[in-house]
Amino acid sequence: MNAPAYNFAYLDEQTKRMIRRAILKAVAIPGYQVPFASREMPMPYGWGTGGVQVTAAILGPSDVLKVIDQGADDTTNAVSIRKFFVRTAGVRTTTSTQQATVIQTRHRIPEAPLSSHQILVFQVPIPEPLRFLEPRETETRRMHALADYGIMHVKLYEDIARHGHIATTYAYPVEVAGRYIMDPSPTPKFDNPKMNDCPALQLFGAGREKRIYAIPPYTQVISLDFEDHPFERYRPDGTCALCGATDSFLDEVIADDRGGRIFVCSDTDYCEKRRNDPAPITEGGRG
Amino acid sequence: MADEEAPLLIAESLSKWYGRQLGCRNVSFGLYEGEVIAVVGESGSGKSTLMRLLCAELAPSDGKVLYRMRDGVTRDLALLSEAERRFLVRTDWGFVHQDATLGLRMAVSAGANVGDRLMASGWRHYGRIRGTAIDWLDRVEIDRGRIDESPQTYSGGMRQRLQIARSLVSQPRLVLMDEPTGGLDVSVQARLLDLVRGLVADLKLSVVIVTHDLAVARLLSHRIMVMKDGQVIESGLTDQVLDDPREPYTQLLVSSILPP
Repeated sequence: MNAPAYNFAYLDEQTKRMIRRAILKAVAIPGYQVPFASREMPMPYGWGTGGVQVTAAILGPSDVLKVIDQGADDTTNAVSIRKFFVRTAGVRTTTSTQQATVIQTRHRIPEAPLSSHQILVFQVPIPEPLRFLEPRETETRRMHALADYGIMHVKLYEDIARHGHIATTYAYPVEVAGRYIMDPSPTPKFDNPKMNDCPALQLFGAGREKRIYAIPPYTQVISLDFEDHPFERYRPDGTCALCGATDSFLDEVIADDRGGRIFVCSDTDYCEKRRNDPAPITEGGRG
Repeated sequence: MADEEAPLLIAESLSKWYGRQLGCRNVSFGLYEGEVIAVVGESGSGKSTLMRLLCAELAPSDGKVLYRMRDGVTRDLALLSEAERRFLVRTDWGFVHQDATLGLRMAVSAGANVGDRLMASGWRHYGRIRGTAIDWLDRVEIDRGRIDESPQTYSGGMRQRLQIARSLVSQPRLVLMDEPTGGLDVSVQARLLDLVRGLVADLKLSVVIVTHDLAVARLLSHRIMVMKDGQVIESGLTDQVLDDPREPYTQLLVSSILPP
């Protein structure tokens, strides 16, 4: 008995081919949600089963994998998914955005610019941007097919009527390549502009909902808005207490027992690099 | 143009069978611009089936519905693509349901309800959408201060008026009403009817109104069709039919009105 316990990257080759076919279709129709036969993974739904399957299907032995959760490389979810692929695929891993060829992410897009040799894989809980407005799947599919999207603006209208501005701060809906309305997964709207014209391929996997969708490189991605209430990038008004960044997305953390608070970069790799070398960060990839 | 004299909506021998159960049989009529037709009859007489056939929500077993589009070409609704039909329904047509919760989005504010059609047809300026919504609330006599409230908080009469505002904001040419005053008390009914009559005249709307209330039919409609067991048994000018009913069933209906 010398057969390996797992196939390379856990999934069997037939499953990977099925997922790759879904990915190819998703790339061919930017923003369209392609159904796929999502598998049971050795982790609970909601922990990134969709992202893990996409990563498993595209990973090759020479790839360098980075996994982030809310921007951080060192949280439970990120660490365990990284370990999972070290064990099942033996790939090299990194925490450096520049050195990674595949980056699996939950809820953030790295601060450092991505290059055309990189693939960003998003973990998606609810892929359907119309879901909370229209509960019927049959109806939302028809709405996508007919580009019947007026209802999206009804939601934004409600925001302005209630709060005076568009109060949606994450999972902010976008229009991809002038056609499909897409949920960018629960990334903060701060990251929305990074999706537009991005040199890297962006893949989205929703395991429980069994959908894969994609933004091909250099695709136009527009955040929905009104002419008199244009889309605005939101960033907490503060400076990173560790690296002094004023341009990165920040997390607010409680620093002591008396409720003292500081802001720190949510992207730990970005923050670390700035502390070691304050020179501006350039793009990387497998070149 | 001769076009202006062609009917806006034509029903051609419409029939609908639900399996062996008859919905309606061989209904034909033409609706002209600015004209109001009332469809009356007791429950189960095929009124609602006819209504759903007219708005292409149901496919007829036989016959067809023709509609003169804004470009002047009369087309068969069954031959439109679904995208065209949806566009038609939300721009050129309006609906007033008996149950306002069917016609409104109950989870969003009144303003968003009125602005819905505008946004669906490409309006992207919040200020203008809101301005138009306020205008329409004024027109249907809803306090503009309640624009940001959900229709959940509205009374039955207000909900009906909101439905009307929501439908008419896209300046439709055809409005289908299904028992718009059903379930309202008489004073509210009277004001609603007054409002509808005014709007119909001002905007030169074509209306098909389904009702079992002959008083509503008399007040609003120019012509009337009486249905029984899925068929139109009598039709003509409203006053003529109601003052001098020919069919025994119509006579029965007219005589059932309580004297004032």
